[in-house]
Amino acid sequence: MKVFVAVKRVIDYNVKVRVKADGTGVETANVKMSMNPFDEIGVEEALRLREAGKAEEVVAVGLGPRQCQETIRTALAMGADRGIHVKTDAELQPLAVAKLLKAVIEEERPGLVILGKQAIDDDSSQTGQMTAALLGWPQATFASRLDIGNESARVTREVDGGLETVDVKMPCVVTTDLRLNEPRYASLPNIMKAKKKPIDEKTPEELGVDAAPRLETLRVTEPPGREAGIKVESVAELVDKLRNEAGVI
Amino acid sequence: MAVLVVAEHDNAELKDPTFNTVTAAAEIDDDAHVLVAGAGCRAVADAAAAIAAVRKVLLVDDAAYEHRLAEAMAPLLVSLADGYDAVLAPADTFGKDLMPRAAALADAAQISDIQEVVSPDTFVRPIYAGNALATVRSPDATKFMTVRATAFAAAEATGGAAPVEETASAGDPGLSTYVGSEVSGKERPELASARVVVSGGRGMQSGDNFRLIENVADRLGAAVGASRAAVDAGFVPNDYQVGQTGKIVAPELYVAVGISGAIQHLAGMKDSKVIVAINKDEEAPIFQVADFGLVADLFDALPELEKELEKIGL
Repeated sequence: MKVFVAVKRVIDYNVKVRVKADGTGVETANVKMSMNPFDEIGVEEALRLREAGKAEEVVAVGLGPRQCQETIRTALAMGADRGIHVKTDAELQPLAVAKLLKAVIEEERPGLVILGKQAIDDDSSQTGQMTAALLGWPQATFASRLDIGNESARVTREVDGGLETVDVKMPCVVTTDLRLNEPRYASLPNIMKAKKKPIDEKTPEELGVDAAPRLETLRVTEPPGREAGIKVESVAELVDKLRNEAGVI
Repeated sequence: MAVLVVAEHDNAELKDPTFNTVTAAAEIDDDAHVLVAGAGCRAVADAAAAIAAVRKVLLVDDAAYEHRLAEAMAPLLVSLADGYDAVLAPADTFGKDLMPRAAALADAAQISDIQEVVSPDTFVRPIYAGNALATVRSPDATKFMTVRATAFAAAEATGGAAPVEETASAGDPGLSTYVGSEVSGKERPELASARVVVSGGRGMQSGDNFRLIENVADRLGAAVGASRAAVDAGFVPNDYQVGQTGKIVAPELYVAVGISGAIQHLAGMKDSKVIVAINKDEEAPIFQVADFGLVADLFDALPELEKELEKIGL
């Protein structure tokens, strides 16, 4: 079985994001970029399936500008076999990404597609579900455990209030939650090896997909700040303030 | 034009975020309808019909929807979406799973986690863990959206008498099967809608030590939450997680214990009315958003807090 993992290049999760003064977006110039953390979990899960003999090939797919190749290389350095880069400088929204992924998936016919449950930039949490919808495949979102069989997969999902287990027919789309695994670091020899691994380039035009954005972003603003309050000296003072000043207990 | 709210329920009762989602719907258009899809869920439809702001309830009672799996629910939504301005669901694991699938089937964009209705086609949503707010406009005839429940008041549960209309099932596409659920011990209020939340972080040092949090939470009738660090360390289950990739809460009182205050955590709780931080590190960023900060060792402060609460009869 061939496994596809989608990897997104995002502002590193440690960076304090700043809104641009002109309200058109957030500052990305000279900001550290990394692979979306949930996608790292996706790459790791695919590699474990290969190591367990359940998958033969792991393909990392990235979409966006030239720099996305760095993110694909990171996946290759972790151990993915090859990359596919759908290259475009245009803004990509989840529906367009899902259409592009569908086109690549129909060319390559993987048996399993793994995505992060959410990208930490736009926080949409849509692409996996949309890709599954367009393919007519089932979706196992927010997965914390994945058991792949021949005909179906048993997936434990992190839902509000606990865990839910579902059986989904193969092929399927899985989106990763935090506790699915702990991703490995790329070793130096593997980083060197990754430089020689192939990355195929494609464009939305070649794939016959209209990737134009649908939603118009009118402006991006800073959220209202919250003022720091006071320090209390003791637990007794805290309880007194909560009861008599704030009135919340 | 009308707006359709997808009810979140367990075939017996409506879940709280549904009421907040109805409020968002009514802000878009006065003609708010609710879809109750499930198995043996007539009582839920009756409860939805009693919500003051609801004008009509669509009831689809079919085994295909017993567990409301997205593979079955999404085609049903699309079959009903024509004629609606918007289809809304709460932005929790139920809505996040379902709405993108329905939107893609309808070739529509989806707008996640709206926290403000600017006009019937323009909405505000948080991005980058709430460090920025995007105002977006959708050109789609029917907009598929999820709603941040904490940003809208709960609709009045009584006073309405909307008609309940039985509606045809779209059937089960047979792609997925429900196997089972494991519900975490919940004698406590639900985290997302609790009036008081007490959360622990990495500073708790172990899962056993969460007992100290629970003792305080019991006195306050509070839900128990956790930072991602505490979940990562295996102290508590993932559904305790408050933050960008966990639950969004906005209680009257949020008590953060042993939580440093990473932006990912602040994203999940900074809209709480009153924030208390207990941390032994005076420089912890959590103090920058706390109304009341106590620099103390939590292993002393929590038992003492429990005693003080007992003293005042809680």
